[in-house]
Amino acid sequence: MGDSAPTATAAGMVLAQFQAADGDATGPPLSLPADITAEQLGFLVNKFLQSEEARPYSFYVDGTEVVRSIQADILEGAKRSAEERLTIVYQPQAFFKVRAVTRCSSSLTGHTEAVLSVSFSPDGSQLASGSGDTTVRIWDLATETPRFTCKGHRNWVLSIAWAPNGRVLASGGMDNTVRLWDPSTGTALGGPLAGHRKWITSLAWEPVHINPKANRLASSSKDGTVRVWDTTLRRCLFTLAGHTAAVTCVKWGGDGRIYTGSQDKTIRIWNGDGTLHKILSGHAHWVNTLALSTDFALRTGAYDHTSHEPKDDEDAQAKALERYAAAKGRGPERLVSGSDDFTMHLWDPAASNKPIARLTGHQKVVNHVSFSPDGRLIASASFDNSVKLWDGATGKFLASLRGHVAAVYQVCWSADSRMLLSASKDSTLKVWDLRTKKLKLELPGHQDEVFAVDWSPGGDRVASGGKDRVLKLWKH
Amino acid sequence: MPQNEYIEESIKRHGRRLDHAERKRKKEARKAHKDAEFAQKVHGLRAKLYNKKRHAEKIQMKKTLKMHDEKSAKQKTDDAVPEGAVPAYLLDREGQQRAKVLSNMLKQKRKEKAGKWNVPLPKVRGIAEDEMFKVVKTGKSKTKSWKRMVTKPTFVGDGFTRKPPKYERFIRPMALRYKKANVTHPELKATFQLPIIGVKKNPQSPMYTQLGVLTKGTVIEVNVAELGLVTTGGKVLWGKYAQITNNPENDGCINALLLV
Repeated sequence: MGDSAPTATAAGMVLAQFQAADGDATGPPLSLPADITAEQLGFLVNKFLQSEEARPYSFYVDGTEVVRSIQADILEGAKRSAEERLTIVYQPQAFFKVRAVTRCSSSLTGHTEAVLSVSFSPDGSQLASGSGDTTVRIWDLATETPRFTCKGHRNWVLSIAWAPNGRVLASGGMDNTVRLWDPSTGTALGGPLAGHRKWITSLAWEPVHINPKANRLASSSKDGTVRVWDTTLRRCLFTLAGHTAAVTCVKWGGDGRIYTGSQDKTIRIWNGDGTLHKILSGHAHWVNTLALSTDFALRTGAYDHTSHEPKDDEDAQAKALERYAAAKGRGPERLVSGSDDFTMHLWDPAASNKPIARLTGHQKVVNHVSFSPDGRLIASASFDNSVKLWDGATGKFLASLRGHVAAVYQVCWSADSRMLLSASKDSTLKVWDLRTKKLKLELPGHQDEVFAVDWSPGGDRVASGGKDRVLKLWKH
Repeated sequence: MPQNEYIEESIKRHGRRLDHAERKRKKEARKAHKDAEFAQKVHGLRAKLYNKKRHAEKIQMKKTLKMHDEKSAKQKTDDAVPEGAVPAYLLDREGQQRAKVLSNMLKQKRKEKAGKWNVPLPKVRGIAEDEMFKVVKTGKSKTKSWKRMVTKPTFVGDGFTRKPPKYERFIRPMALRYKKANVTHPELKATFQLPIIGVKKNPQSPMYTQLGVLTKGTVIEVNVAELGLVTTGGKVLWGKYAQITNNPENDGCINALLLV
């Protein structure tokens, strides 16, 4: 430890045992000076694990985070006795740090109606937005100028989704069709994929580690069905019918299952071949939104913070599988659902039909939930003006982030899970610091409600769009 | 005078002449010529009346033709994209919470700076002092007449305490004090009863502004907190200006139009 170890002064000593997040003890029990800080604990853990690169860690004693020192946070803050043995659970943090966005680097005009969806490509190099003016626009991120305008939809474009290899962009609209676009040329890949009888609410691509060609797309619709399309043959492979009301959200899980949430209060899980696997019921009102603990890994596929470009499809598949396995960890893939009954349910769909936990606390409709990229936290956006934070494994309530003065529409995590961004009806974006659980920055600038927000997977930019028809890019 | 529907009765019983349709068609066809002949011949007051009638007829005819044109023209109703796009997660909630329109603080500030109000009622009728005030005679033998009573509705703030009656020059009667106004939002086309915060400007005179007199055309500040408007900075907006559009002294209520 050398000179980084503090001298045991008036603070005294505590007996502590390091433990990994999955329960394995690391190293022998230690007698540590009580005023040891989090950085010094990190140094110790890195020594025990013999990691060649010093990895940042966060430390918890019975769920209380050590932010300053054991003395300050655990003995004085959580009133723990210095006599008993403390079990210090360490959680690895991302190697990289995303800097908070602080300023608006450009306001991109062009859309003539509200911007309804914004999405960065999986590698973070491209940006697309869908709008009420029936167009999808692709923006040049290097110069922050418009690149392509994709015309084709005959009504509002409600949702857009990038294929996990970044080669195709799908958009679903109010005109009941799904369209595919080539983002490198801005041209349509064939005509519309028609079949739904009402508008498209959500889109999900098959994860790249299951299907390296990334040519299967699920689209959920207001008409109560989900259709799975083959995007190379351009036809509907099968229809998932069974929901008795509008399907609000579709997610394609890492194990090949499709999760759908519906206004008929149930969540259905379908196998990759279109057969029904399970029905999860428990909500008392519409299910508005779903999130998977591996969402970030599934979305970004083979791309990570090292900006390593996969050589070919097989390489991409291997890399994506590795990233998916890392994101999943040893535990199962968890699902969280937000509902109109003001609650959320945390599920372990592989193990049980019953939820792990029922997350109560919101006073109005939960509109959006999102797992942090490391899967350890859940953030929920509600119409009661608050964002709440929950433990991703147990569903325990952690904190309430207040500051918005109107309904919060969307939340979005930074890639390192250290910050959270929320978009609200009150025309602002707010950046929250997860360490202090406080407001870090306020980003005013939009003239009206902010409908969509996305933080690029690389963490360098944020794009937001709303009712004022402007797409804003935010940077550090 | 003939009573009852004897013509209709006869037609019903005996039918029409056999050449009725033919005669009718011919009469119709001849009518234009007949009218033209009459129009050329007529003069004096009858001509005036006739021309007026003909003018109105022509307008009506043009309108009808236009309407028929529109009906036969191809409509592109299917392609019309409705305005006011909302994301998928708000689509089923539209009815519940679309009662909000952009409030632009900046615009209002700019207007304020220019000192000019683009108000719905730019001109008001002048009100003389003797209409506004009633002289109250004071003194033991009621010889002094420096005291005035405001005869129009007023707004008096919450924290107002009257001066001792001996020194009070203006009396604002309790019965004519108002605290709430029925404010219409011009874009939402909805009316809300909102508390008045203050009188911004009475166009009659600065003195009336100071007294808080509410007459037609007065700009008042109202509390819009319950409308849920926000500024671009994300702060809740609560004070906004509105102009009184009725004569409160006649109506017993205050109707105003929000200035957006």
